[in-house]
Amino acid sequence: MRTRTERFLPFALLLPTIAFLTLLIVIPMVQALLLSVMAESDGLSLDNFQRMFADVNFSDAWRNTLLLLILIVPLQIVLALVMALLINSRFRGHGIFLYIYAIPLAISDLAAGILWLAVFTERGYLNSTLQNAGVIDQPVLWLSFDNFAGILSAIVIAESWRATALVLVILIAGLQLIPRDFFEAADLFGANRLRRTVHVVLPLLRPSLQSALIIRTIFAFQTFAVVFALAGRNMPVLAGEAYTWYATNRNEHVAAAYAVVVLGLTVVAIIVYLRVLGLREAEVQR
Amino acid sequence: MSSIAIDAVSKIFGKTPALKDIALDIRDGEFMVLLGPSGCGKTTLLRCVAGLEQVNSGRIRIGERDVTDLAPRDRNIAMVFQSYAVFPHMTVGSNIGFGLRMKRRPKPEIERRVREGAELLGLVPFLDRYPAQLSGGQRQRVAVARALVMDAPVLLMDEPLSNLDALLRLQARADLKRLHKEVKRTTIYVTHDQVEAMSMGDRIAVMREGAIEQLGAPMEIYDNPATQFVGGFIGSPPMNFLRGAIRDGSFTGDGFAVPITRMRGDLQGREMVLGVRAEHITIADDGIPARVMVVEPLGSHALVTVLVGKTAVKVQAPIDVAVRPDQAINLHFDEATLRWMDAGTGSAIQR
Repeated sequence: MRTRTERFLPFALLLPTIAFLTLLIVIPMVQALLLSVMAESDGLSLDNFQRMFADVNFSDAWRNTLLLLILIVPLQIVLALVMALLINSRFRGHGIFLYIYAIPLAISDLAAGILWLAVFTERGYLNSTLQNAGVIDQPVLWLSFDNFAGILSAIVIAESWRATALVLVILIAGLQLIPRDFFEAADLFGANRLRRTVHVVLPLLRPSLQSALIIRTIFAFQTFAVVFALAGRNMPVLAGEAYTWYATNRNEHVAAAYAVVVLGLTVVAIIVYLRVLGLREAEVQR
Repeated sequence: MSSIAIDAVSKIFGKTPALKDIALDIRDGEFMVLLGPSGCGKTTLLRCVAGLEQVNSGRIRIGERDVTDLAPRDRNIAMVFQSYAVFPHMTVGSNIGFGLRMKRRPKPEIERRVREGAELLGLVPFLDRYPAQLSGGQRQRVAVARALVMDAPVLLMDEPLSNLDALLRLQARADLKRLHKEVKRTTIYVTHDQVEAMSMGDRIAVMREGAIEQLGAPMEIYDNPATQFVGGFIGSPPMNFLRGAIRDGSFTGDGFAVPITRMRGDLQGREMVLGVRAEHITIADDGIPARVMVVEPLGSHALVTVLVGKTAVKVQAPIDVAVRPDQAINLHFDEATLRWMDAGTGSAIQR
């Protein structure tokens, strides 16, 4: 009896996760795929994709999404890496920094967007501070529809503030997995701090960097709430267009087509990361 | 010149003193073993010499240079870590050449010296492999090669053999000793294994609770332990100890009397501990009565545990010794080999 229990226990323990993923990820994903290739009347067709490609916002949404990805992800990784290395150097009071850095993790992305809207809006904190300091005479319209650079900067800042801590937590966990002997051996054999980081710490941190990159990239493709809060539709992004097509245009098929594009991009990005950053089999400790 | 002078070094972790005013001079080219039980401070002392720990007081000099306040990379030392700390993301060749690359040596020189190091340790066939593809013994040799190619005059080793299985350890022990004879680096070697210490060290510093209990050549320490602790730590089996006092020409304790012919008069009646090695006790027709507890045949000889009075004593006997458990026998102690310690302090007393 005991062996039988032992055999089924792992499956029993996995069951809640599998059920959760099936219900909330797999089924919606299949539904979205089906929706995207179903004609509005009946039968299969690629009409939805044609409508999506012909949409005036499609190329903008595509460009903006990739632009945000290219700006935000490296910025977050670098910031988080510097913060993680700082905290890991165990200076006095390093624990407090971790708590401060982690605060934004507790705030939902829409709330974060609204919070930053209060900073960047015409009568927001930024303008009033600058005016009080005498730097500007008139409020600057940071988020005006014709100020693309302003909107982009605001979104990059807000997103970095909101989600860098997630990368940080992953990287700190990864750093703590590296035995201290490796740091000491690097010191002893003549590496200064920078060369130690480049030659020893970063390569050993690769598995964590890979996880962080994958998670951040997935979220970057889905960037929506912060963009919507700060720019409305002045800055179309793929996930936002999916929402607009569904909620405003009431066309779930084209919305699904956008979702499928996001899915496709995500899969491609993950494959690239796994290829580029993956551990060679020979390196994996038996 | 690369002698090492450790002068009045103290190290405190929080409120726990780890090293208490250590003084130790290591000669150029010497193989110095720091030996002691875990927590005695031997690894801490090594890490202070390496610069991986800062001393609280005292100075450390390597050659003519005071290195006390220098970073590890500026001390011109190389080290073999207990865990080896061989980088898993680098091939064997890159690992061996790591220190040379960090010191920005020219490429041809690095290649040549990596090759030499690999040849010295039999690693040439593995230069392109990753550490995960090597056995524990091979990884250990990579760590040694990485340290040796540095050409640093000082080599530090922190229990480099403790992660190897018994058979491999025997081999690696001899290999390291041969290597030291070839490269003549001043070496500090930390171990808790007294056999390693005996077989490899030019001198041994036996440490206990953050202080050096005895410093000397291996056989000197073995024959004349400065304290009861050293006698009990060095040797396998450890030295036997009997507690008692000299009265009327014999050393008398709880249920035994050992006849003694020569002894300083002023030691009469003083509480002492007698120390005697297993190989200096013989089973005889008459002498000190004892009762056999266990007989362990060990191939080359037999180890017989007997009760002398109420104290267990280990006796090294010929393999064909004809004794059985519970048998009453007699022992003879070779008087010239007996060692005497103060019963209170454990310090050796000269006869």
